[in-house]
Amino acid sequence: MTGQYPNGYGHSMNKLVILGAGTAGTMLSNTLRRALDSDWSITVIDQDDNHQYQPGFLFVPFGKMAPKRLIRSRRGLIPDGVDFRQRAVAKVHPQRNLVELADGDEVEYDWLIIASGCTPRPEGMPGLTDDRVWQESAFDFYTLDGATKLRDAMSAFEGGRVLVHISEMPIKCPVAPLEFAFLADDYFRKRRIRHKVDITYVTPLDGAFTKPVASSKLGGLLEDRSIRVQTDFAVESVDPEQRTLNSYDGRALPFDLLVTVPVNMGAQFVIDSGLGDDLGYVPVDKHTLRADAHDNIFVVGDAANVPTSKAGAVAHFEVEMFTDNFLAAVQGKPLPNRFDGHANCFVEAGRGQALLLDFNYDTEPLTGVFPAPVFGPMKLLGLSRINHLGKLAFEHIYWNMLMKGRRLPVPTEMSMRGKVPAGEEN
Amino acid sequence: MPTNTIDQFTFEVNDEGFLTDRNQWSKELCEVLAELVGIEHLTPEHWATIEFMRDDSAKSGVTPTLRRMQTVGGFDVRELYQLFPGKPVKKMAYLSGLPKPVGCV
Repeated sequence: MTGQYPNGYGHSMNKLVILGAGTAGTMLSNTLRRALDSDWSITVIDQDDNHQYQPGFLFVPFGKMAPKRLIRSRRGLIPDGVDFRQRAVAKVHPQRNLVELADGDEVEYDWLIIASGCTPRPEGMPGLTDDRVWQESAFDFYTLDGATKLRDAMSAFEGGRVLVHISEMPIKCPVAPLEFAFLADDYFRKRRIRHKVDITYVTPLDGAFTKPVASSKLGGLLEDRSIRVQTDFAVESVDPEQRTLNSYDGRALPFDLLVTVPVNMGAQFVIDSGLGDDLGYVPVDKHTLRADAHDNIFVVGDAANVPTSKAGAVAHFEVEMFTDNFLAAVQGKPLPNRFDGHANCFVEAGRGQALLLDFNYDTEPLTGVFPAPVFGPMKLLGLSRINHLGKLAFEHIYWNMLMKGRRLPVPTEMSMRGKVPAGEEN
Repeated sequence: MPTNTIDQFTFEVNDEGFLTDRNQWSKELCEVLAELVGIEHLTPEHWATIEFMRDDSAKSGVTPTLRRMQTVGGFDVRELYQLFPGKPVKKMAYLSGLPKPVGCV
């Protein structure tokens, strides 16, 4: 790198290319356009113009959010002065600082940010996409199409065995399957058929809650709601004939409705470019998000292999620390900020209540209160109505503050203020 | 964090008995731990999985999943169930001195 002109040609226009205009890419294009001088061109590339509010997917199957409401134009969220191109990416050629598009065109970059997220891959599980079950009795809800079809199946469901299943970690929004189980309990209760529905939560981990504090605080919640749990379930296949979910250790769980979260993988172009790990996530420094293999590539959001949740909140905290780092990087200076893995999320528990979690690379979710200035203190790791309202209000914040790259009144780095350290909770 | 002492070995563990510091692990300790989970003799096949787990997690910072053992390590999942009956992921993590795989709660 030659400092100000990393392309080495000494021309005065620096080219930044961002791949992906989802949560991370949109926030980045807004914050970086404000931070970078006019001698920088910024190009954002995405294959379609549908920016989807993914936290809303969870509510679609229960008829609580209409699918149409969750989509906005990507282009409309990208600021003036940023070139949005609606094209599919075929490959990145990092040796040549070049992005190859699916139609054969090429886009040069000096600096590249990969923000192409991850997607569920149902075809990876034998039997799941068989016509006899797929979107008949087996669904995912991590796509808007899947969530919408599941809504129709849910409303027609009159009783039977429901499996809520996670294939393998990491998955996007890791608590969403648990929330789905809680909301399903609530949904069938309100329809007065709960006694005819058997709900089982199926996880590859050794429990629904795997961290000690959460486990001791919330362990009884599933039992309270009469939700069964199958743990250590290493899924092998779906048997579309018998309609069972089968594990390597010989368990075959029958289902009338399977709600599964398939393996999540990074974008196909990441895999095809040889930039990803076995799941297509780009290996990066977990504190700076700089690609291990290439100094002029950063990876923000779900596309990176950082060991924290794949979630919009994480992308947000990453973006907040990222701008100053990027400005330093292009000047060849040391990067001033370190990302601590900060994540937080509202967990819908049904019955109009929600939990709030807050954690990072080193600190587990704790009890106590979260000092949120807008809504007042929120209860951590405990059920409350205000947490539920906070989750609903978030949709407005997402479109109007987060995507525009405005700072939220919450700290980027995790703070211990108001929290009860592990081992001291009541 | 509790400290565990078995034979001549002293090591820090969490509430479930998993080592909290991978540097306190040794092959000799691993053999002792193996007996505690019902594996009397560690064969070369056992050692291959444990070495992969330790090498891989040293690079990635996280305990590999069963899927990763298969796709990256080249291990057959059914064989892993034979080598580490019951709960292979947990047993392999335990014997490798690594945390068990966890979710975010």
